[in-house]
Amino acid sequence: MSTTLFFDFTVDKQNNIIDIKREFAADRSTVWDCYTKSEILDKWWMPLPWKSRTKSMDFREGGRWHYAAVGPNGEEHWSITTYVKIEPQKLFLANDAFGDSDGNINALMPQSKWTMNFSDRGKNTLVHGIMQFPDLAQLEQTIAMGFKEGLTMAMENLDAILAKR
Amino acid sequence: MRNRIVAHIFATDWLRKKLNNMRRDIFQAIADPTRRAIITLIALQAMTPNAIAENFHTTRQAISKHLRILAECEVVKQEQRGREIYYQLEVNKLKEMDKWIEQFRKIWETRFDQLDKVLSTIKKQKK
Repeated sequence: MSTTLFFDFTVDKQNNIIDIKREFAADRSTVWDCYTKSEILDKWWMPLPWKSRTKSMDFREGGRWHYAAVGPNGEEHWSITTYVKIEPQKLFLANDAFGDSDGNINALMPQSKWTMNFSDRGKNTLVHGIMQFPDLAQLEQTIAMGFKEGLTMAMENLDAILAKR
Repeated sequence: MRNRIVAHIFATDWLRKKLNNMRRDIFQAIADPTRRAIITLIALQAMTPNAIAENFHTTRQAISKHLRILAECEVVKQEQRGREIYYQLEVNKLKEMDKWIEQFRKIWETRFDQLDKVLSTIKKQKK
């Protein structure tokens, strides 16, 4: 299993789009489950040291995934993903938003429309995700918040290095 | 893996610099919609606080406060011209945005690495 898996990440500031393609070494139905079943999503969706913790999941058109990103110091950021369209093992469309623990959407935080396409790539599966933002500011804010998470990762890394000394 | 280490080193260094001077960060600068609008406005030309305030339905005091935060984040610089102070965008600072994109990409990489592990566990269970 030393073959490299395809990965492409582009930010299109003209059209307010983040476009992410990634290949996975598994068949389409397995990868589909990883993206649509909360018990599996919780295992990988947030980058360490963050964790995702599902409060409720209703994967059907009009249903929503309500979960918290839990930080290393117990801080919580709640997200609500509303599923708009589902074609099993092919694609789903969803609206991604921030909110609170009661499931209220925060209209002041960035929101985006997600399109997730699943296709075969030989024995593997290609997942093509498109995140469409209403304006550039919301795209930039999302990226800036990601940067904050990146910093947390960096701090953990620093802790590890310091611990070794 | 090497990329991620480089990113960590970069971010750690960035963090250390931030902690050293304890200034506000650029994240705070764009966290507010009015400040984002001010950034867009002065991106084209240097302006006085009065001229900036004319573009908003808010008090001159409120605009001054936003300008102060932007200056503390080093997103804008002030220039004295006669009796007037002009505010101008610090273009280099906004280039940090591109570095953020790189960080954001790293987060997705980490996420996908985690999914790779989950998938290999599932495969083993099936066998």
